[in-house]
Amino acid sequence: MSARRIAAEVAAGNRRAIEVVEASLEEISTHDGELHAFTEVHAEAAREAARGIDAAVAEGRGVGPLAGVPIGVKDNICQRGRVTSCASKILDGWRPPYDATVVRSLEAAGAIIIGTTNMDEFAMGSSTENSAYGPTKNPVDPSRVPGGSSGGSAAAVGAGMVPLSLGSDTGGSIRQPAAFCGVVGVKPTYGLVSRYGLVAFASSLDQVGPFAQSVEDAALLLEVIAGHDPLDSTSLDVPAPMLVDRLDDGVGGLRVGLCRDLIEGASPEITAAVTASAELLAAAGAEIVEMSIPELHYGLSAYYLIAPAEASSNLARYDGVRYGLRVDAANVAEMNAASRTAGFGDEVKRRIMLGTYALSAGYYDAYYAQAQRTRTLIINAFADAYRSVDLILGATTPTTAFGLGAKVSDPMEMYLSDVFTIPTNLAGHPAISVPAGSDAAGLPIGVQLLGPALSEERLLRAAAVIEKGRS
Amino acid sequence: MAELPDDWEMVVGLEVHTELATATKLFCGCANAFGGEPNTNVCPVCLGLPGSLPVLNEKAVELAIRIGLALHCQIAPSVFARKNYFYPDQPKDYQISQYDKPINGIGHLDLPDGTRVLVERAHMEEDTGKTTHLGGTGRIHGADESIVDYNRAGVPLVEIVSGPDIRSAEQARRYAAELRSILIATGASDGRMEEGSMRVDANVSVRRGPDAPFGTRCEIKNLNSLRSVQRAIDHEALRQVLLLEDGQTIVQETRHWDEDAGRTQTLRSKEEAYDYRYFPEPDLVPLAPSDEQIDAIRARLPAMPAERRRTLVALMGEQATESQADQIASVVDQGIDRYVMAAAAAGVAAPLALARVANELAGALSDGGHLDEDTMVVLLQMEEAGEVSATQSKAVLADLVADGGGDPRAVAKTKGFEQMDAGALDAVLDAVIAENPDAWQRYVEGDDKLTGFFTGKVMAATKGQADGKAVNAGLRQRRG
Repeated sequence: MSARRIAAEVAAGNRRAIEVVEASLEEISTHDGELHAFTEVHAEAAREAARGIDAAVAEGRGVGPLAGVPIGVKDNICQRGRVTSCASKILDGWRPPYDATVVRSLEAAGAIIIGTTNMDEFAMGSSTENSAYGPTKNPVDPSRVPGGSSGGSAAAVGAGMVPLSLGSDTGGSIRQPAAFCGVVGVKPTYGLVSRYGLVAFASSLDQVGPFAQSVEDAALLLEVIAGHDPLDSTSLDVPAPMLVDRLDDGVGGLRVGLCRDLIEGASPEITAAVTASAELLAAAGAEIVEMSIPELHYGLSAYYLIAPAEASSNLARYDGVRYGLRVDAANVAEMNAASRTAGFGDEVKRRIMLGTYALSAGYYDAYYAQAQRTRTLIINAFADAYRSVDLILGATTPTTAFGLGAKVSDPMEMYLSDVFTIPTNLAGHPAISVPAGSDAAGLPIGVQLLGPALSEERLLRAAAVIEKGRS
Repeated sequence: MAELPDDWEMVVGLEVHTELATATKLFCGCANAFGGEPNTNVCPVCLGLPGSLPVLNEKAVELAIRIGLALHCQIAPSVFARKNYFYPDQPKDYQISQYDKPINGIGHLDLPDGTRVLVERAHMEEDTGKTTHLGGTGRIHGADESIVDYNRAGVPLVEIVSGPDIRSAEQARRYAAELRSILIATGASDGRMEEGSMRVDANVSVRRGPDAPFGTRCEIKNLNSLRSVQRAIDHEALRQVLLLEDGQTIVQETRHWDEDAGRTQTLRSKEEAYDYRYFPEPDLVPLAPSDEQIDAIRARLPAMPAERRRTLVALMGEQATESQADQIASVVDQGIDRYVMAAAAAGVAAPLALARVANELAGALSDGGHLDEDTMVVLLQMEEAGEVSATQSKAVLADLVADGGGDPRAVAKTKGFEQMDAGALDAVLDAVIAENPDAWQRYVEGDDKLTGFFTGKVMAATKGQADGKAVNAGLRQRRG
């Protein structure tokens, strides 16, 4: 059942939140033993919250737009008093003394956080195999990965354990798993959703966003979490967008660029799904134009310098001094090193070393500074493109979900699965992955819509057209 | 002052950190307060907890701009940067500072002797916590235990970096003293070195004469007083000269000043120096104060010490004496020149006001206590009008400051400082002269040194109640 319908029925007193929560817990107990989407299920707290919602409805008090809707929250979003570990041993057992702003927004909207979802350690990965808790499996085919890094959030929604979940997207970590699991995933404009309480991977790229089974539910959740937050200096001081009410406005008159550079290299079936989506948009009145933004090809290289550089600094604080894992040693410096050696997984260490190198004296200009110049190039190229089109259409991923273990030994191959999603993060723009059929093996395919900053309303409208056209 | 041998010259640049006098820390709402139980004045932001984000304190920006304006710096659009290094007192293992785009660019500071010292930059950054190493060597690598207090973490700092323009330890001390006065005058800092509100690091090198290229420099840390600044630099320059004269070379390194031992010691060598891997802080947006903002801050900036000294010198009427110049420097340095200004504005003779403020008032205030300007003015007017003698005025002042104020006339009356009437003073004068005929004879014959002798006798006889000026007048009148 859709989140919107749950919330409407709960608010109207036609359905009790506690029943919704019990049904969700039941789904989790049925599926999560195999899928492992959740790192922790907050059953009692969820029941208590549900009873609170039901009491509010019974007393005629107002309830929020997500009243009684169960939701999963990625393990890198701080929940006060609950383990928030980024699926890392180094934060094993760490319970933040405060809530992320998005968590407060969820609770204010009446959503019920039913569990914490699994992820690649510190959001570094594309398969959710880099988790200290062990991998999450794809609900469509448990021999395959759910994508990552927000694989737990994608799988939880994909398996129907919850109608909604929150993930974070630094280079595609919402859109790629959404595509792999056959759900909707949105990476909002940088600054539209507060990062306060999102444990940083790469601060200039990270953004919290929704997973849902429908475009409408994704819009509903995005409305709840979007908005200015004085606790985040990079938060945009703009009015929260009105998305749900405009979803049916269609795409008549919009120019949509079919971007060659976001399709080349994708499997034939994915390419066909993009073409089919373009046809759906055209049938709904959009003008489709073929286009190319060659600069996007530099995205991956720039990203793999900028993101690790920021990460190397963001993750310095996990030093064993104040919280998390401490491995005792002869002195402070050795304790720092021993704790970090034991606490971080291989992929995290790889990126810390890469980023440290990119920022080092003598290499900064050749690597970090050069990557920033490339980022500017990509931003300018997008700006040029959006002078002639309203939206850009492409693939979300080059392939559908790959097998567990298939790419763990080849980081470059793993990195390439984000090649279509990364440029948006570098530009700070919004993008959405919407289901667009499946391949011969029955694995979900996602297509990606990109738009300029703060074009969420337009993006979601177009995504709704594709979603509707397929059903 | 230690002199360097032969034709050696020292080259010194100072890096001064000053805490800003804001109500809250630089990036969070915690109080900017000294002391307190360890780790009580902290929050997720200043503890750098995962997920927390900094939000810039606008008041700190204003104070930093005030410092920049007072140092004639170019106020520029600036960018915060992360300075990355591991140290337990640093909650995030990076410090939010400014690097290639500081808020205050090139400026200068003029020393009272007219020397102009270049200010390269005055940038904003956050303070760290405080680590204490216990047991073992007492240093980080050899201690049994290290404990950290994060109360100070996130306190706003401005670091003022001078050019290598200073040529003696005495000049370095004067630079630090003048900078301290300026910081206090701007209201940006309380300048308390003993509490760490102002901390000085010195870069010291030596060379053979003013035309030789700069030598290899050492940075000295832990200079907690103006005296330490001067001693440490003198010591360090001499150490370098002796090494060079012995045919050795100077190793670039960071050295620690040991105040008790009176020497500098290696803290870390160049090889151990950190690569800070500066890069722009992505959690903060660039800072670009508008011309209107800067002008508004400039308009509210009070007069700086140099200008205030000039004003006082002008008030002295004729050329200020050397001792008056010292008093002027002293009252401006202590920020108590406003009493002199207030008294002069009320018509009190400026030299009298300066003398009382520089000597008695400064002394009384430094013992703790308080006095408002108006009360000081009334007391000075009473003394000038002869209602109280100089001695009595000083006694009244001491009481007023200790009590934090009061009515000077009431205090004088309580102490029995009634003005002697002229008849009573005449009687005492005549009696004193009669008791000392020989001395009086010599005085009449022109031995002016005896003025003091007779004044002292009169004061003793009147228990200090006689007005010194009236005594002098009476003596001169009787001499004919």
